[in-house]
Amino acid sequence: MKDLIEIRFHGRGGQGAKSAAQILAEAVMLEGKYMQAFPEYGPERTGAPMKAFVRISEKKIRTYQPVVNPDYLVVIDPSLIGFKDLIMEGVTNETVFVLNSKKSADEIKQFLGFDGKVYVIDANDIAIRNIGVNKSNMPMLGALVKVSNLVDINKVIEVFSQHFKNKLSEEVFEGNIKAIWEAYNGVNL
Amino acid sequence: MRKALTGAYAAAEAMRQINPDVVAAYPITPQTPIMERFAYFVNNGLVDTELIRVESEHSAMSAVVGASAAGARAMTATSSVGLALMFEVVNVASGLRLPIVMNVVNRALSAPINIHGDHSDSMACRDAGWIQIYSENPQEVYEHTLLAIKLSEDHDILLPSMIMQDGFITSHSVEPVDVLDDEVVKQFVGEFKPKHSLLFDKNPLTVGALELYDYFFETKRQQEEAMNVVKQKYYSYAEELSKLTGNKYPMVEKYFLDDAEVAIVALNSAVSTTKVVVDRLRAEGKKVGLLKIRLFRPFPYEEVQDALKNVKFVGVLDRSFSFGADAPVFAEIKNALYDLEVKPKLQSYIFGLGGRELYERDIENAFNQLLSGDVSKEKRYLNLRE
Repeated sequence: MKDLIEIRFHGRGGQGAKSAAQILAEAVMLEGKYMQAFPEYGPERTGAPMKAFVRISEKKIRTYQPVVNPDYLVVIDPSLIGFKDLIMEGVTNETVFVLNSKKSADEIKQFLGFDGKVYVIDANDIAIRNIGVNKSNMPMLGALVKVSNLVDINKVIEVFSQHFKNKLSEEVFEGNIKAIWEAYNGVNL
Repeated sequence: MRKALTGAYAAAEAMRQINPDVVAAYPITPQTPIMERFAYFVNNGLVDTELIRVESEHSAMSAVVGASAAGARAMTATSSVGLALMFEVVNVASGLRLPIVMNVVNRALSAPINIHGDHSDSMACRDAGWIQIYSENPQEVYEHTLLAIKLSEDHDILLPSMIMQDGFITSHSVEPVDVLDDEVVKQFVGEFKPKHSLLFDKNPLTVGALELYDYFFETKRQQEEAMNVVKQKYYSYAEELSKLTGNKYPMVEKYFLDDAEVAIVALNSAVSTTKVVVDRLRAEGKKVGLLKIRLFRPFPYEEVQDALKNVKFVGVLDRSFSFGADAPVFAEIKNALYDLEVKPKLQSYIFGLGGRELYERDIENAFNQLLSGDVSKEKRYLNLRE
């Protein structure tokens, strides 16, 4: 593993990119590693494109610069993939994409002009079937964890439960857990 | 216990453990998640605090001034234009020698409207008679809040304290924070014992009297003396806290400075990013170092002079202007070096206003300028379009 792993999430305000980033970071901390999770606050409006970041390291993390070259790039809202300049900013040949889309990885690679690793999962479909609403942040986190192996998926579920067990209805809460597992098991490696 | 906390939540966590008698706040932007979190603690019965919701930041500071004068341990938190609106009463707090402790999330002042990271708010209060402590990360926010209680409440000091952290960069960034046990903090801060109080003193007491040219000057002279006492007593409290946390709290922290030929001076989160750059340049064999300013009021002139006396070129990072004059941190560094026979050459760098990003490459560029002896009397700007 590299000294410092950096992840960038793209979502829209209200879709839970910030929560996904924080849950991942806290899960990593449970495994005894160091982490940082922070959102990029722009106009901060529901529906506006936003980013959230996670850093992971075995050592204490000291930098506070924004993530420049992400190791992993997660797009939670399929419509954002169309904004090529936004998505491709700072991407290197080694960046691994985990995208929410109905399209194939090859189609998206061609569109983005990107030749590296791209993993695609239809997280909207998974979310609607399991949770009942189009809330794809947690299944996307499940897919990222499978692709990256950054943390034990059970730790992610543990942290999600700490935060949301008492906040969500049992149905929505259990739906999220199912959606995490379905995306985790369903992403094609 | 290790918890995942933002800088804002780290401040609230310290406040929960301190369990102040009174907290007053105005719950709207630019207020920060500190108060959101603390209100949660109040609502869930985790503290005994009387939380007063007031109609403005001016009233928030007025309410804690009143509570503190009455004999209560009183705290609040603010940011940006909220601190600006408080300013009148910020001076009342120090003038009345009330040991109020306040977390400040550093954010820009209007106009243009902006609530992102920027030191213009607390730097505008640097002459208001408060102890000022700047924090590199959420861990320090937590520990500095505890330290500030001890300093402020010392009966030979009795000055209010502000603990600073960078807006969003620190306040909204989740990190692992090692939190002491509640009981350990309770023992450390102890029970609040006011030296004078409107409610508990046996003898009648006047607070906030009119003092014209007869006594006003003497009162202000005593405030200045109290700042001297802060310097004398600082290390005894810092060491007491070190025994609990294992961390050190020097007024200024030297990072690879002993054999450094060039150095950068910074405070708050820029310190942390600069450490990464120092490590990288050191690995390339470049003799660079960093001086972190933790205590800004009272300002540790002797410590700064001693730390920088052998450095050839010093760059000072300021996240605010003093328009038409040297920037606040730069001015103090220059003052501190005045008495040296052989003085380092200085360069002022302004960066990060209104939340403008500070990249490692910006700091590296500054170090490279310093290493080539390229300094000037003019201010320079990092990551600015000109």
